[in-house]
Amino acid sequence: MSPDRPSEHPLFELERSMRTGEHARETAPEPAVGSSNGNRLSGPLADPSAEAGYSEQHPDRMGFFTDTSVCIGCKACEVACKEWNLLEEDGLELTGMSYDNTTDLGATTWRHVAFVEQRIDLSTRARVDIGMPGMGPPETATEEVAGSEVRWLMSSDVCKHCTHAACLDVCPTGALIRSEYGTVVVQDDVCNGCGYCVPACPYGVIDIHPENGGAFKCTLCQDRLGSGMTPACATACPTESIQYGPLDQLRERAEQRLEQLHEQGITEARLYGQDPTDGVGGDGAFFLLLDEPEVYGLPPDPVVTTRDLPAMACYALAAAATAAVTIASCFLGGRR
Amino acid sequence: MAEAHPVGFQWVMEAKRRGAKIIHVDPRFTRTSAMADTFVPLRAGSDIAFLGGLINHVLRGGHYFHEYVAAYTNAATIVDESFADTEDLDGVFSGFTGSGYDETSWYYQGARVNPAAGERDQWHDVFGSPEHDRATSEEESARRAEPETDPSLTHPRCVFQILKRHFARYTPELVEQLCGIDQERFHEVAEALVANSGRERTTAFAYAVGWTHHTVGVQYIRAASILQLLLGNIGRPGGGILALRGHASIQGSTDIPTLFDLLPGYIPMPRAHPNLSLDEFVATNAADKGYWGNIRDYVVSLLKAWWGEYATAENDFRFDHLPRLTGDHGTFQTVIDQIEGRVRGYFVVGENPAVGTANAHQQRMGLANLDWLVVRDLNMIETATFWRNGPEIENGETSPSEIGTEVFFLPAAAHTEKDGTFTNTQRMLQWHHKAVEPLDDQRSDLWFFYHLGLRIKSKLAARRFERDARQRERDRPVLELTWDYPTEGDLAEPSADAVLREINGTDAEGRALSSYTRLRSDGSTRAGCWIYCGVYAGEINRAARREPGEQQSWVAPEWGWSWPANRRILYNRAAADPAGAPWSERKAYVWWDAEQRRWTGHDVPDVDVAKPPDYEPAADAHGPDALRGTDPFIMQGDGLGWLYAPAGLHDGPLPTHYEPQESPLRNTLHATQRNPARRLYHRPENRYQPSGAEPGAEVFPYVFTTFRLTEHHTAGGMSRWLPHLAELAPAMFVELSPELAVERGLRHLGWATVITARGAIEGRVLVTPRIRPLRSNGRTLHQIGIPWHWGPNGLTTGDAANELLNVALDPTVHIMETKAGACDIRPGRRPRGVELHRLIATYRARAGITEHTGGDAPPPDNGLPENGTRPSGTDTVDGGEDES
Amino acid sequence: MREWLRWPVLRQLTGSDPLGRGRAARSAETDREYARTEDAEAVVGSVCPYCAVGCAQRVYVRDGAVTQIEGDPDSPVSRGRLCPKGSASRSLVTSPDRQTRVAYRRPYGTEWEELDLDTAVDMIADRVIRTRDETWQETDSDGTRLRRTMGIASLGGATLDNEENYLMKKLYTALGAIQIENQARI
Repeated sequence: MSPDRPSEHPLFELERSMRTGEHARETAPEPAVGSSNGNRLSGPLADPSAEAGYSEQHPDRMGFFTDTSVCIGCKACEVACKEWNLLEEDGLELTGMSYDNTTDLGATTWRHVAFVEQRIDLSTRARVDIGMPGMGPPETATEEVAGSEVRWLMSSDVCKHCTHAACLDVCPTGALIRSEYGTVVVQDDVCNGCGYCVPACPYGVIDIHPENGGAFKCTLCQDRLGSGMTPACATACPTESIQYGPLDQLRERAEQRLEQLHEQGITEARLYGQDPTDGVGGDGAFFLLLDEPEVYGLPPDPVVTTRDLPAMACYALAAAATAAVTIASCFLGGRR
Repeated sequence: MAEAHPVGFQWVMEAKRRGAKIIHVDPRFTRTSAMADTFVPLRAGSDIAFLGGLINHVLRGGHYFHEYVAAYTNAATIVDESFADTEDLDGVFSGFTGSGYDETSWYYQGARVNPAAGERDQWHDVFGSPEHDRATSEEESARRAEPETDPSLTHPRCVFQILKRHFARYTPELVEQLCGIDQERFHEVAEALVANSGRERTTAFAYAVGWTHHTVGVQYIRAASILQLLLGNIGRPGGGILALRGHASIQGSTDIPTLFDLLPGYIPMPRAHPNLSLDEFVATNAADKGYWGNIRDYVVSLLKAWWGEYATAENDFRFDHLPRLTGDHGTFQTVIDQIEGRVRGYFVVGENPAVGTANAHQQRMGLANLDWLVVRDLNMIETATFWRNGPEIENGETSPSEIGTEVFFLPAAAHTEKDGTFTNTQRMLQWHHKAVEPLDDQRSDLWFFYHLGLRIKSKLAARRFERDARQRERDRPVLELTWDYPTEGDLAEPSADAVLREINGTDAEGRALSSYTRLRSDGSTRAGCWIYCGVYAGEINRAARREPGEQQSWVAPEWGWSWPANRRILYNRAAADPAGAPWSERKAYVWWDAEQRRWTGHDVPDVDVAKPPDYEPAADAHGPDALRGTDPFIMQGDGLGWLYAPAGLHDGPLPTHYEPQESPLRNTLHATQRNPARRLYHRPENRYQPSGAEPGAEVFPYVFTTFRLTEHHTAGGMSRWLPHLAELAPAMFVELSPELAVERGLRHLGWATVITARGAIEGRVLVTPRIRPLRSNGRTLHQIGIPWHWGPNGLTTGDAANELLNVALDPTVHIMETKAGACDIRPGRRPRGVELHRLIATYRARAGITEHTGGDAPPPDNGLPENGTRPSGTDTVDGGEDES
Repeated sequence: MREWLRWPVLRQLTGSDPLGRGRAARSAETDREYARTEDAEAVVGSVCPYCAVGCAQRVYVRDGAVTQIEGDPDSPVSRGRLCPKGSASRSLVTSPDRQTRVAYRRPYGTEWEELDLDTAVDMIADRVIRTRDETWQETDSDGTRLRRTMGIASLGGATLDNEENYLMKKLYTALGAIQIENQARI
């Protein structure tokens, strides 16, 4: 027992690593560069930045791990994002969707906290349908279901910074690019507002600003990253629900957290968007959820909308060739 | 806590991560409940029954921390034989006079002790009654005597046995009945609490200050204190009762009080007594033992700080410059005095009573009857615009041309535009530096009051010869007031640093003092607030220290400065056993180092560091020296934690369950429905509703509780104007259960009108399973949650919850009851204009409300309400009389 | 010439990003991006003005204006984090809705009027002195000293600094005003 001594207190570990940049990964094995199926529009891809032409010295791929099991729904992320990125208020509507008055991501909302009210059967941990929130009066009063309790899920949604980002692939102007951090950013000065990216996004994230006509979404605070800072939302988050860091480190941390929750009997916990083999090649911003993705308004099985582009291009080329041959043969035949 | 203090809540999450069990007790399922391991919904206003049930569980099962209780609390002290309990007198304690209490029967056997806080002016005890009859030697000796004790804790009148009897009826069955908490859940909490307390473990209670918003608010806190003392959870790391306060410096404004009954550092404001001298003031307010024994040092140093060279031993250090109190001069009485025309001028500084205070209509009536009003704020708040767009204007009750109040709105500087300290909820002072200059007419409040003071001084000085002798005498305290702060910059901003240094205090040579123990009563020291003495020790502004937390120990003593003495946990002597060793290695905090012969540890020990644990005071010892080496509660007159409060409270030495002022339920614990000592204001604009079994109570069948949202702040003055907050919670709403929605035909997202005897407000309906009906006292009880952030101004507007509330106060601290009320609710928007008044009048008539309703006096014989018709009493529970 | 070399197609064809999805498509502006906090002329230690947790803030200043407020990661209380209100405090202090001028409403007036700050302070001082004189109570009916005015009251303090509360209490007490209250009782 000794009186106070300065200590490297473990409570500050995360802050320390964020500040000093000591979050460099421990020589994680590098999967082979390039995609397994030969095209660059889908499938696992270890280093999207390299793929996009950044040199070997480019920084780690950075991302978000949003652990919704510790989200308290305070919306600090929403406000911190808007304050930093100088986004305007976009609606003073009471939605009635629990405490969610933001409803979705958009050109001026880059973080969105969803609130889901449920009743859970304690023995099976299954949802008991309560039909809430509805727009009319409840048909009948919900009787107290024995052995059930209320569960209030909260989750901060954001651009997923897909490994294979369809928005980027379809952008005809080069406004949407892969950054050196492996994130997907819009370049305001290049975007001409064509809007191709909007339907391309499998998550419905990117949107056209109603006034200035440009496409906007989360940039993972590209400007802050350039200055060695953490994105605004993750900086503010009081409970470390939003964790920022090198993606492979976050994936590791997420697996550990998942295991821990499963040990605690929270068997419904699952990861969403962490899998490099999924339809978008894994998300740069992924989640730990406590229910089906649909419950949070997330697509259950997102697929990069340009996945079939190479095949389609082949078909198109083949079709064009056939047409050309046919046309040519017509001419040839005509000569005959 | 997650709702109103999200960043503080990170530590709860940290604890949870390390295996702590989080229990949340609240009428509503909130964002905190969502994170808790166990959520315990209870009926608003029933917390004493719940806490009493836990106390009973601990006592009955012998789960208390015996050594801690025996050594550090007054469990063994024997109480005067004239004391009678609420259990003996059906809901009242001995000494009840019909409206309040004569507290003398609550004293210890043969000894009197001054409380460390609360009402202390024991004039009658010290000087006898009538006033000129000075103390008899017998009374004087009683005050100084040692109270009798029974260390075996078996004497029938020892505190421990009184406690056992008092709480014996607070069984799990009673808790279920009164609180609506099922027994299984109650047991889960009780067992968790017991399992997590003792040598190796501690439990902390955190409450957002809603606990204080009851007519028995102080007793809520007392109940938690008793429980925590029994479990040995006070003065130890991971323990305590943590008040989560809601404003940046609400703690500071209590320490350096803009409060009527206090001087800085919890020194009471003097009350009017004939020829009251400084000696007599000290005698009536000092404690014989402990640090309040040195109150004279604190008072004289304060008077020296204020009146400088003019304050001398010969003139009692200008003690007579202090104005005298004659009763309750709290904010609610003040507003009534405004309505009655007695208060003519009003300063409102960073507060918004027009929507932010209970019975907001009453507040605006006061504002409308002033000669002049000064409002200082960042935004154009409702208190400044009540004459233009207040509800009374909207409803056609009055018009601007009928309101004679002269209004000055002065724009204030923000925290980034001025230097100064906030004291946070953990008593920690933190300096904020000025970053930019304020714009145009924006000024700090420091600037305003400094320059106003200068202006008043110079005007009085200039008019000296026009004023008569009595007026000149009246002006002396102002003209002699020390007011010579250096100013800086183009705006002549007074130096906040210099003010903080004056608060800290200086010695005879003008050097900053290092500790309140250096204060003297001979006039050689000055200190504006004795408990803040040390914040400027060594001429260093310690509130401005920002040594990174990660480079310090976990107590982080080099960040800011906590009063007193930079101590982070109060009464931490209790973290060690009577012999001075930590209760356990795991919970070691401060301890006696036998080799060095001094107290040491992680924090500043809350004990004279050289006082050994086996120290026994000499018979003639006084003040801190009169405390034993084992006494941890050094501000108490007996050095002990009070399981039973023999003085200081106006409504009894022990907490007892009473129903709120307005409750649909009858008090089934005893015949006394409500706290008999609560303070009421029977006035036309503040009518009370019938409760429990009283006829008409059924007109207001639902319980409501007001609450805060994460997205807004208090009455909205700092949030409703901000787009990024307004859009997150963009409309006034009320929360209720699906069952109530069906019962009253309320549509999700539709409008509802909530009605009480004071007003009716509208809000959008949020039907949610988070609110669930409770079974309480044999009936289904619905609760409604009402946020209180809205008003007519700003980006998001709506009705103010405070229109609904009555003013009924806790008798000890004069705080109103906002967290438990009774109301009716119906679909649709509220009516406008005269129709609104008609609606409220109809409800008053239906409930048979008169000027006597809600009081404890038996109603007049005819029992007829104001409109002369009998109420149509139906649905009353159990029937019968409930008042004593 | 250099601008021409930045032509995306050229970079795309000649560089390591043949599909033009990254480096080749970067604009000069994107290359220049950095946090605006780097431009701050001063970073000032502050404390959140909302609740009583006391989260530490860093206020970034440029050209005499607040450009950003961040949580201070050094704080052992808040570890750099802020809630939505704390995160909105830049908007609080830079809000265009904030009042910057004195507004005066004369008795029975129907509109606000302009008033010079110095005149306002002077008028308020006069009113304090007048009301104090008119409502002064030297003693009660038994001759017991009261030395006070019951005509002037004050509300507020919980959102202010300790130093401000101190000057308020000191001045009011010297004036004999006792109905001094704040949010701590509300």
